[in-house]
Amino acid sequence: MLSPGIVTVSYIAATILFILALGGLSHQETARRGNWYGITGMAIALLATVFGKVTDNYALLVGALVIGGSIGLFLARRVQMTQMPELVAILHSLVGLAAVAVGFATFMDHTIEYFGVEKTIHDIEIYVGILIGAVTFSGSVIAFGKLSGRIGGKPLLLPARHWLNLGLLLAAIWFGREFVLQSADGTGMTPLIVMTIIALLFGIHMVMAIGGADMPVVVSMLNSYSGWAASATGFMLSNDLLIVTGALVGSSGAILSYIMCRAMNRKFLNVIAGGFGTGGGTGAAASDGEQGEIVAIEAAETAALLANAKEVMIVPGYGMAVAQAQHTVYEITKALRAKNVNVRFGIHPVAGRMPGHMNVLLAEAKVPYDIVFEMDEVNEDFPDIDISVVIGANDIVNPSAQEVPDSPIAGMPVLEVWKGNTTIVLKRSMATGYAGVQNPLFFKENTRMLFGDAKDSLDAVLKAL
Amino acid sequence: MRIGVPGETYPGEQRVATTPEVAAQLIKLGFDVSVQSGAGAAASYSDEAFREAGAEIVPNADAIWSAADIVLKVRAPDPEEASRLRSDQTLVSFLWPAQNPELLETLTKSGATALAMDSVPRISRAQKMDALSSMANIGGYRAVVEAAQHFGRFFTGQITAAGKIPPAKVLVIGAGVAGLAAIGAAKSMGAIVRSFDTRPEVKEQVESMDAEFLMLDFDDEDGAGEGGYAKVMSEEFIKAEMALFAEQAKDVDIIVTTALIPGKPAPRLITAAMVESMKDGSVVVDLAAEQGGNCELTVPGEVVERHGVTIIGYTDLPSRLAAQSSQLYATNLRHLLTDMTPEKDGRIVVDMEDEVIRGATVCKDGETTWPPPAPKLSAAPQQAAPEPAPAPAEPEKPSLMGPLIAATLGGLALLGLGAVAPESFMNHFTVFVLACFVGYMVIWNVTPALHTPLMSVTNAISSIIVIGALLQISSANNLIMWIATFTILITAVNIAGGFAVTRRMLEMFRK
Repeated sequence: MLSPGIVTVSYIAATILFILALGGLSHQETARRGNWYGITGMAIALLATVFGKVTDNYALLVGALVIGGSIGLFLARRVQMTQMPELVAILHSLVGLAAVAVGFATFMDHTIEYFGVEKTIHDIEIYVGILIGAVTFSGSVIAFGKLSGRIGGKPLLLPARHWLNLGLLLAAIWFGREFVLQSADGTGMTPLIVMTIIALLFGIHMVMAIGGADMPVVVSMLNSYSGWAASATGFMLSNDLLIVTGALVGSSGAILSYIMCRAMNRKFLNVIAGGFGTGGGTGAAASDGEQGEIVAIEAAETAALLANAKEVMIVPGYGMAVAQAQHTVYEITKALRAKNVNVRFGIHPVAGRMPGHMNVLLAEAKVPYDIVFEMDEVNEDFPDIDISVVIGANDIVNPSAQEVPDSPIAGMPVLEVWKGNTTIVLKRSMATGYAGVQNPLFFKENTRMLFGDAKDSLDAVLKAL
Repeated sequence: MRIGVPGETYPGEQRVATTPEVAAQLIKLGFDVSVQSGAGAAASYSDEAFREAGAEIVPNADAIWSAADIVLKVRAPDPEEASRLRSDQTLVSFLWPAQNPELLETLTKSGATALAMDSVPRISRAQKMDALSSMANIGGYRAVVEAAQHFGRFFTGQITAAGKIPPAKVLVIGAGVAGLAAIGAAKSMGAIVRSFDTRPEVKEQVESMDAEFLMLDFDDEDGAGEGGYAKVMSEEFIKAEMALFAEQAKDVDIIVTTALIPGKPAPRLITAAMVESMKDGSVVVDLAAEQGGNCELTVPGEVVERHGVTIIGYTDLPSRLAAQSSQLYATNLRHLLTDMTPEKDGRIVVDMEDEVIRGATVCKDGETTWPPPAPKLSAAPQQAAPEPAPAPAEPEKPSLMGPLIAATLGGLALLGLGAVAPESFMNHFTVFVLACFVGYMVIWNVTPALHTPLMSVTNAISSIIVIGALLQISSANNLIMWIATFTILITAVNIAGGFAVTRRMLEMFRK
């Protein structure tokens, strides 16, 4: 049995290691080390707790750890890189579920008794912990469903949904009051369970109302929630390690959400409130309709254009992930670089369904990360680009964001591919993007459309090279 | 239906109305294709190549005219060919109905359907069938090549051991398709290129090709007429324009004129006196020679030398680049036929409701259908309403009130909390707030490329919640014990899964 002092020191070590882990992820060079810091921190925290606090039921403990760990490793090994958003979402839900379970267990545990204000605060901590945990859990499950296509990507917009949310919130507060009052008398299970159900419904409703392309915000927001849930649990257990770690994760997710929102020029509340462009309907209507001639192109011609170019910019979007085309993209990149064509990748912050989604896919295909650039790094270079290849992206390359002031996506930062010499857009059909806005890029004179499944098209291009 | 492609009969014409590549695509559309033997020889398309593409080679033109349902040609049919046309046939070629009223009459009388490639309306949708633009493009390029042939010096400037060579100066009058092609060709050979056009909206296009646009100091008279073509200008304008040309003629080495107004003789822009004022060895290429010429001294179809200046008046510039122009023209034809074959079954439908088909069709069922009603849309911007001055981007002033109110409220809330909460809670709270700030500082440094690994690693770290379950698993209460076991199980999934998948991802990031 370790002394409480040793346990505390171990917790401090774990905390520092977690901060170093997050800091390590700033750069590719240090990222792997960062991950090891995280693993070490977690191991220290676990060992210190197991040997310092646990007094019984070791068999169950080890069994659960081994079984759960094996499942986790199995999942991590099996998951396709294109399915990363789903995996992250479902893992978030586990944190939420754990917070709920720990909350209930704490409430039922009467070994430590609190009195007076401390009792009230402890009850509120339990209540808030379970609330956040439940929202995280159900929200993540729905996000998982949406990301894996089990639930449609379209936002579910119930009438008066804002009032519904407000009603749920007020109900949660009212039951919270009930819970604290009843808990003082030794009961309170009923309002706690009712509140949990409300929180679950709230999580479901919140994510259901958010559409496919806002998923990066949702995923990072749930990431943040899972952190806050851990933090709330820390308060409930008076455990600083949980509080600190939860706060780290919570603020990390919050910043990611903020970055994602800024990349779409949208207000965070606006995204969370769900729906899209509820205020900008007129602009969309005005820019509808036939906008001009689109010029289709064949794969062979695309290959010829690429081979003759000097500067090529590839702009991948969710379509590349769907078509699993990243390996072909890299094969093409290699072929072109062998011909002394300078191929680079321009990544929009919200391309894909998760922050950094495209980077992971390209990394999986072994694209060296020093030719993968962020939007801000390459946007000024487009006038010098001979060929931009847009693979399954739409709204992130939509010139209306800059040109049509009343467009629903006006002001969203976009990759200015149209300033290049020629743009080749790979697309399955002429359908509009997620925002439902027609993309004038497709009708520009220097744009060529290569219709078809991105992977098939690119395979044909690669062959022709 | 059978498509027949006879050889061109016009003397010196080297183009052909289809190429092996296009023939193959037409066959895919369901047509049978026959090509007269030797029809593509002058454009370097052999009979063998056509045969390989699936076309049938027939020995002479008779076999084409008698068997084909659709006849594709480049030049308008000569009277003999026109007389062969049967009422059940369709002819597609350049026809110039305005210039050839007799031909139009013959065609109408034959009862056949005739589509004029020169009458395809200039609307966006029909750009892919715009053979005039295709030919003008080639003509502009070839004009510069011809000029280079007759010009005794380099186009590009050079500093050599033997002295300095100044670049040639090229003036391109008329910046339509041909003019722009000429600008591009001359520019890429290294010349200094200037261009003039009566339509101010082409200034941008000229400048985009890195050429200088010559402006007339004149009241804003817009030379854009119907369908994006130029129109006749006022007298004063022409006077100012001529003064400009006279001044330029003394300076430039090469003048390429491409000024044409539809249905009118070509405007006289370069007078004999201007030619005389040009330096010896200069070259004038007159792309309007067929319509009488922009230069007073042009002899259509010939190259002449006047006052030491070579004046090129070829009227068959596209034909002088036969392989290229055949390919583009054939592709234009294919696009038209694709539009006319909606079912892709090799049967054409002359849909007079279709604006493009209607515009191109000059006669059908014994009736003359030319000229068509005016096109509804112009390729040129419709007198683009003066663009609304872009609303001065209002720099969103972050209102000081918002953050101030938030800070005040937050401060009050904290004070309230501090007033009632016991010290133990406030200690934890301090830790919490500090941790938030540490997280805030650390995360801003994360590169966007690593956002996904960041999320999976934070996810793994947030499983630290397992500590809570570990504290509870030793509980004597069985229910609590099992809940804790369950929690440990799921968080273990998360810990192992999160770290392992992060590791997997990071392994992939390679320089």
